[in-house]
Amino acid sequence: MKYKSQKVAYWFFALSMLLLTLQLVYGFIMGFAHAGMDGLHEWIPFNTAKAVHINLLVVWLLSGFMGAAYYIIPEESQIELVSVKLAYVQLITLALVGVAAIVGYHFNYWEGRKFLEIPRPLDYLVVANVLLFMGLILVTLYKGKRKTTTALVLAMGLLFAALLYLPGMLDFNSQVLDSFFRWWVVHLWVEGVWELIMGGILSFLLIKLTGVDREVIEKWLYVIIGLTFLSGILGTGHHYYYIGVNKIWLIVGGIFSALEPLAFLAMTLFALNMYRKGEKKHPNKIALYWTLGSAIVAFIGAGLLGFAHTLPQTNLYTHGTIVTASHAHLSFWGAYAMIVFAIISYSLPNMTGRKYYDSARGRMAFWLANIGMLGMTVSFGVAGVAQVYMERIYKMDFMKVQMEIEVHFIVLIIMATLFATGITLYIIEFIKHGQPTDEALEIDNQ
Amino acid sequence: MLSKKQARAFFLGGTLVTFLIFIGLTVYSLSAAQDQSNIENLSESAIRGKYLWETNNCMGCHTIMGEGGYYAPELTKVVDRQGEAYIRGVLMSPTPWQRADHGNRKMVAYEMTEDQANDMIEFFKWIGEIDLNGFETVVSPLAEK
Repeated sequence: MKYKSQKVAYWFFALSMLLLTLQLVYGFIMGFAHAGMDGLHEWIPFNTAKAVHINLLVVWLLSGFMGAAYYIIPEESQIELVSVKLAYVQLITLALVGVAAIVGYHFNYWEGRKFLEIPRPLDYLVVANVLLFMGLILVTLYKGKRKTTTALVLAMGLLFAALLYLPGMLDFNSQVLDSFFRWWVVHLWVEGVWELIMGGILSFLLIKLTGVDREVIEKWLYVIIGLTFLSGILGTGHHYYYIGVNKIWLIVGGIFSALEPLAFLAMTLFALNMYRKGEKKHPNKIALYWTLGSAIVAFIGAGLLGFAHTLPQTNLYTHGTIVTASHAHLSFWGAYAMIVFAIISYSLPNMTGRKYYDSARGRMAFWLANIGMLGMTVSFGVAGVAQVYMERIYKMDFMKVQMEIEVHFIVLIIMATLFATGITLYIIEFIKHGQPTDEALEIDNQ
Repeated sequence: MLSKKQARAFFLGGTLVTFLIFIGLTVYSLSAAQDQSNIENLSESAIRGKYLWETNNCMGCHTIMGEGGYYAPELTKVVDRQGEAYIRGVLMSPTPWQRADHGNRKMVAYEMTEDQANDMIEFFKWIGEIDLNGFETVVSPLAEK
């Protein structure tokens, strides 16, 4: 850690860990309900559990991205953050808005639009919160001694993510238009600008962990985010195949979303090549595990599994089935959760001064979480394919099919337990590091 | 060998071009001439139905046009499949709706009024008439007839 103000990142990461824990609890509720054990229905019906599960995912990842920005931007810009107090105000208000939304979901207070369930009054608070965050980041960047590509890409990703929240606040009487613009937020976040954020964090970590020249890493960063937007923007079309808009999206969405894996493949090759090229062997092996793991798993989850059902001919049958959940779990995990874990693993020893670089618990956390998530992905995938055949090909009743595939959710719960064990070990490591201290300023591992 | 400047030009140029094409396609596909949703048939009652759909987060369990929770039945063609009386019964039920042949899953008891249930049915009817580029033939067995 080079600047005192970087410590604020720790509390965003701590909030992330807390919300992730809650997300897992609601995930288990949903898993049990799918397996035929919906005992909490009276208090937490499935739609509540689902809204909480996916919104917590978004909020903990955003909190992780914000923490990453508060850590990376001062170091890249070579100045302190312009206002640490305001950063704490932003943290507390983010947590309050998140908690208010989640409590509201238990009392039928929501908008009922997948991923954008936050009710409108709270939307305005989210916008105010993100404006404060962006203000702090952009002013720090502007006043900084240098403006690196890594910092600019990260800030650009965050700024676009903030702007793209706005189309989700448009009101439409038509469900078709509602759905159309909902994807401007959801798709262009996760298959567009969030990849810029991921790329920025990945670039920062590779520079620190491998010692490869910044110019080389940042050049390839441009190529990767170029591929991301080239394929991802028009790839939005794969959400428009069957929602009541023109057939042109079948062609455009089909072609460009088939190209989307290229960006993730490039990211994997980029990370592995930089690691091989790097002469510096940073002692923080756990951070390296999560960094390289993120690049690889993102390609499998977002790239390969996305491609598996993105062509219109396939998607005609898989659209709206559990196949989507299979792809969604591994892609969110690989591309975004793991990169947040990577920046936490890298920054935590620097902020706290405790060098738990390569503990057995840390490695176990990595492997258990990844094996568990792969198992969950396979369980969802098998259930989804079985659903497609029974429901879409053999025209069986939806609910009867759901009863037939309940067994796959038992396997899912077992795999989720493995995953949750990995996450628990990671959080124990997080807690063991203790809180950040100014004394850690002296410890510079670069 | 590619320089950093060329890589940046690739990023900026590619992004700008694809973004402009995306906006152009959006304008084209949402133009009145390309409407596939029979927007002129969207009644006030159906709009109220959409509002009920959202404020009760029906999408959290059900799917419509293939989007939603994957937990409860897809409702794109539900009026064709189940009929209005059945839907009214489910929505107005004072106890959580559950069928013996559908395992343990049950629906939240929304206890809607008859007017509200009718609004929901109008919303479902409007959805059921949308041209979904072939998906309507896959998503509901009855839609094939």
